[in-house]
Amino acid sequence: MWNFLHKMASPRYFHRITGRMVPWLGAITLLLILAGLYGGLVLAPADYEQGESYRIIYLHVPAAWMSMFIYMVMAVAAAIGLIWHLKLAEVVATASAPIGASFTFLALVTGSLWGKPMWGTWWVWDARLTSELILLFLYIGFIALQGAIEDRRTAARAGAVLLLVGVINIPIIHYSVEWWNTLHQGPTITKFDKPSIHLSMLIPLLLMALGFKLYYITVMLMRARCEVLDRERRSGWVRELIGPGN
Amino acid sequence: MQEFFHMGGYALYVWSSYAIGLVVLLANVVAPIRRQRRLKADIARGIRREQARSA
Repeated sequence: MWNFLHKMASPRYFHRITGRMVPWLGAITLLLILAGLYGGLVLAPADYEQGESYRIIYLHVPAAWMSMFIYMVMAVAAAIGLIWHLKLAEVVATASAPIGASFTFLALVTGSLWGKPMWGTWWVWDARLTSELILLFLYIGFIALQGAIEDRRTAARAGAVLLLVGVINIPIIHYSVEWWNTLHQGPTITKFDKPSIHLSMLIPLLLMALGFKLYYITVMLMRARCEVLDRERRSGWVRELIGPGN
Repeated sequence: MQEFFHMGGYALYVWSSYAIGLVVLLANVVAPIRRQRRLKADIARGIRREQARSA
């Protein structure tokens, strides 16, 4: 395992191995999401309170989980990059940002589309919604910062500081429904003693969550491979790979 | 089948959610594919230029 990690730190090795992994990961992702969609949209019964509208949950909740998960991955990667100057960690953080922003956007939009028929409004400035919106701004801020600073090392360091300061927002999002009065419903799934959701609804939700996680790994690796190629464009192995013929 | 697309009257909300979801997920697949294509063409051009200069 340690040996594998050590090898992965070599850009050339990383590029080759992930190139082989991406098609397989993509295939498994597709299967999981299709199974989750079938279970959620076709097999699962309607909700006794919300009718068919609750089916947005299969998109909304996994997207919201991913929006926080990806942020934490970026923060950890940024810390590793800051402490050990591991370039691959910087690459992972940079490659993750647009995907994290996408999931945050998706969580907000699907939440809005769910809120309209259930609460009678597209948006309220309550703790859960506002802190999730701040998360979107953190992602956008990170991307803008990386784009604005020419020097890669400085950009990575500035981005890392932004990410680490922003971590404070993650527990705020998570606990917001308990700390403040809100329209947003409380946790349904993460109550371990007795989840208040039926298995026929829980299984497709978990399939979607797992599918989204693999989706993230797949598209993050695709972006990371581009990033590595760009950073290493002067090195021998990239020139060999691209070749004069292409 | 009709019932499935009707979504108990919530079709607009449910299906626009999934449509936006599909667009966002696909966009994140297409973007790196396009970037890789452009990047490889760019690097190859750089190599050719260097070779032309040294020849």
